[in-house]
Amino acid sequence: MEDVYLDNAATSRMRKEALDAMLPYFMDEFANPSSIHAKSRVPRAAVRKAREQIAECINAEPSEIYFTSGGTESDNWALISGMEMLESKGKHLIISTIEHHAILETSYYLEKRGFEVTRVGVDGDGIIRMDDLEKAIRPDTVLISVMTANNEIGSIQPIAAIGKLAHEKGILFHTDAVQAFGHIPLDVKGMNIDMLSASGHKFGGPKGVGFLYIRKGIRLPPFMHGGEQEEGRRAGTTNVPGIVGMGVAAEISCTDMENKIERMVELRDHLIDRVLREIPYSRLNGHRDKRLPSNADFSFEFIEGESMLMSLGMKKVYISTGSACASGSLDPSHVLLSIGLPHEIAHGSVRISIPEDATMEQMDYAADCLKQTVDTMRSLSPLYDDFMKKQKV
Amino acid sequence: MYDGEYSDKVIDHFTNPRNVGEIENPSGVGTVGNAKCGDIMRIFLDIDENGIIIDCKFKTFGCGAAVASSSMATEMVKGKSVQEAMEITNKAVMQALDGLPVVKIHCSLLAEEAIHAALWDYCQKTGTAIEGLRPPKADIND
Repeated sequence: MEDVYLDNAATSRMRKEALDAMLPYFMDEFANPSSIHAKSRVPRAAVRKAREQIAECINAEPSEIYFTSGGTESDNWALISGMEMLESKGKHLIISTIEHHAILETSYYLEKRGFEVTRVGVDGDGIIRMDDLEKAIRPDTVLISVMTANNEIGSIQPIAAIGKLAHEKGILFHTDAVQAFGHIPLDVKGMNIDMLSASGHKFGGPKGVGFLYIRKGIRLPPFMHGGEQEEGRRAGTTNVPGIVGMGVAAEISCTDMENKIERMVELRDHLIDRVLREIPYSRLNGHRDKRLPSNADFSFEFIEGESMLMSLGMKKVYISTGSACASGSLDPSHVLLSIGLPHEIAHGSVRISIPEDATMEQMDYAADCLKQTVDTMRSLSPLYDDFMKKQKV
Repeated sequence: MYDGEYSDKVIDHFTNPRNVGEIENPSGVGTVGNAKCGDIMRIFLDIDENGIIIDCKFKTFGCGAAVASSSMATEMVKGKSVQEAMEITNKAVMQALDGLPVVKIHCSLLAEEAIHAALWDYCQKTGTAIEGLRPPKADIND
């Protein structure tokens, strides 16, 4: 079996079309689009085209798309500059407990800078509790940021409803759509989104480039200070090849999306069904249906995720884990703890994220390998021993 | 842990762990670590009347380094006297594995503690003492 790469949420292989589109902008059309001379015309037009391609994907205007270095910068920009912009109105920010670290750590930073943050919890399926969100809103709440889809357990949040609620209360709404953009349909107008972050390499574009959608009329101050690039909103020499590659990848990702989703769901559900049916003491984390078409996140009792990952790696199946042992930290993933998993079960969790070109054979191979690995690791586990002995009594 | 940061020996002991299993009616058994932290190690010892460890088995819940450390530790105590086993340190386990990444050093420490816990159990059962041996930390149920 060839490599079975099932870690697409970490990063995706670039689309060939995106890479091909980028190449001319390294050597032949390398000029700076901010230059005045004629050589800048072609790269400037290429950046304009990418802006249109991306805007089209989310029902935005091209002038509302601002290119950044990736999802983390977009999130930092939206939150830090957003709170600074609104400071005179109020100093309260609301996020969810399952946000990506780019949001979570930024929220801790903001607290140190004198802002107040409420982190709203999620239910057992990893979906934000809307009534808790509503209760968290205060007169001085100025910004709500809730991710579109979770990077670990894939749960899709009720973004349109959150946006509606925010707007009724006169609050700005930002969403980290890094895992969602290019994978599920998004409509900034229909979903009441004021700001949206995305990252190129999550949907077949290059690394080191992303964007922030900022609704027209929101005067978000710059985060990167310097030149007049991006209408004076984001300084730094324009990453033309990256932007071009991301634009092409976005267009392809958002074309024929319904059919792609249908196919991905079929692959995902086949894997989920086999794992839950064939591996005892396993559970699916995240909502059964309201989840990214590419995501399957499991916990296997009595074993630890990093050792599973190593063992699967030897079978050329590449996945991720929410176990602490993998990162060297003491606690397992905050997302798994947020959905109520005890530490020992969270330690035995793995994330599978399926690329678009995966096959049913690969799903079967992955399921077979998971089964073998879980069996092997359980044969080593004193917890499994103790459990089986208790069962017999 | 990132792949490639483990030595070949760690990979070998993880892939083909030695002495996996249990010993029925062991001379001593010790369990250390806790599930909350993601590591539990259980070591079984079979010790003859001369105080020589004639067999040693383990079961471990934990990461690759934890499995490899237990496997190596069981290899190291086999054939040793209880006093010699007592003197096997986590450093010795680490050295035998050609090193561990810094964040995994606690796994080798757990192996040392598991041996000590099993020896303690042996001492309790036989009413003997081993120089330098202290009762194990009871953090298994934390």
